Amino acid sequence: MNNILSISHLFKTYQSGFQALKDINLEIAKGEIFALLGQNGAGKTTLISIICGIVSPSSGQVLVDGKNIIGDYREARELIGLVPQELSTDSFETVWNTVTFSRGLYGKAPNPAFIEKILKDLSLWDKRNSKIMTLSGGMKRRVMIAKALSHEPSILFLDEPTAGVDVSLRKDMWNLVKILKDNGTTVILTTHYIEEAEEMADRIGIIRGGELIMVDNKLALMNKLGKKELTLQLQNPLQSLPKELDLPSLSLSDDKCELTYRFDSKDEDINIAQLLQKITSLGIVFKDLHTKQSSLEEIFVNLINSEANTHEA
Amino acid sequence: MKLNYYGVRAIYKFEMARTRRTLMQSIIAPVISTSLYFIVFGSAIGSRMTQMEGISYGAFIVPGLIMLSLLTQSISNASFGIYFPKFSGTIYEILSAPISPLEIVMGYIGAAASKSIILGLIILATATFFVPLQIDHLFWMLFYLVITSITFSMIGFIIGVWADGFEKLQVVPLLIITPLTFLGGSFYSISVLPAFWQKVALLNPVVYLISGFRWSFYGIEDVSLWVSLRMTMSFLAISIAVVIWIFKTGYRLKK
Repeated sequence: MNNILSISHLFKTYQSGFQALKDINLEIAKGEIFALLGQNGAGKTTLISIICGIVSPSSGQVLVDGKNIIGDYREARELIGLVPQELSTDSFETVWNTVTFSRGLYGKAPNPAFIEKILKDLSLWDKRNSKIMTLSGGMKRRVMIAKALSHEPSILFLDEPTAGVDVSLRKDMWNLVKILKDNGTTVILTTHYIEEAEEMADRIGIIRGGELIMVDNKLALMNKLGKKELTLQLQNPLQSLPKELDLPSLSLSDDKCELTYRFDSKDEDINIAQLLQKITSLGIVFKDLHTKQSSLEEIFVNLINSEANTHEA
Repeated sequence: MKLNYYGVRAIYKFEMARTRRTLMQSIIAPVISTSLYFIVFGSAIGSRMTQMEGISYGAFIVPGLIMLSLLTQSISNASFGIYFPKFSGTIYEILSAPISPLEIVMGYIGAAASKSIILGLIILATATFFVPLQIDHLFWMLFYLVITSITFSMIGFIIGVWADGFEKLQVVPLLIITPLTFLGGSFYSISVLPAFWQKVALLNPVVYLISGFRWSFYGIEDVSLWVSLRMTMSFLAISIAVVIWIFKTGYRLKK
């Protein structure tokens, strides 16, 4: 079996009646980095919390490496490490003690050498005897990661790992995820920082209103849904667009020096060469050109907006 | 059955470490306050009082005072032990760990009861400085010490799960346990009460605990030992049943 996580027909309705998850189906392969994107309240944290045992599902099944999270909860949870969104730490404990506590809690025999390695990897070694309350927010985030890694999990959940952290720590976090991937650890992260998903993820899932509206390979998603933009810098300003170039997706900049053509990268009818030939045949000379692909963020926003419009309709 | 031994040990050690960090509050404060009772009621006032059922008054109140500390400290330690992770959010780690409800309870209750037992023994040792002590039935004295500590640690655990604010943590020990202990024969034998109030006193569960505990010291009892034992074990069984229900339903732990 190559899937380390298998979710089928998962529903969650809270006691208040709020339906947080609606028929979630998802397979995550071993060693994969999966990013779950969604706005606040979309259901990301509920989904992670169910998998980790913090929230009870209303119905559906979750298997972690083939182990049911309800029936075989011990075996399933042994494989999981969780870094929650909130900075929840034992303020009065030292870094060393709290990480050692986490390892024990997960049923692992003490291994000071391994704890030392984690603390060194996360630049926490110098702080090992410091009380957590004396650490900065970024350092506390590292401690939480150290705790989650202390029992050598096969699958690591990072719930909004870089929320409120500085750029340096964010880069460190990204590097750490890459190292974990190289070691074969599966990483599932939730984020609403699109650049984070773009930087790290192999595959991306987009969740909206408790529904997983799209799951795809990152590059495929960008190719499939991404818009491309071709910009031509003109040799001489153009007073107006000739009627032969009167296309809805072609526009002239305000300074009359740039022609911009926006097109769908998945549209097979688009022929850039033909367009360029037509421009040249009209005597329009351009000195430079460049193309730009829309970012994941733009894709995400478009997708969310289009879904919202569909729902409103 | 697989036991997450390291998990239980981790919780137990964590909780015992918390006691060491709060030594003043956990051990020294109760010992000092109990010593004050010995000085005031045992030496100062007690020396002017007649004997109670053939025992000097100072010695008579020792089991009741130990029981008072056991009940309040067991509840306080266990309720705070589980409430604080809920309050700080670190409960996520307990809930997501491969550890069974029984093991969680073993860790938290084990630590809270251990602290109470240690405290009870320290108070007992302290009492020997103020009053002449005798222990007729050492086994039963230890039995009551252990069972009461476990039972009331469980009650504390239940309160800690139920509480959604620090005030609620204090309400039960202050407004229920302390009055019941004072009215449960800590400082007197219920046989000195008028007949009607003796019957009312029998509705107080603490009477049975103090009666049995005092019997283990001096062989005197307000209610028969076997009634006391049955009631004590019933409290334990009820506490266990409630804790099992909490974990089965996820009451106030899981959403």
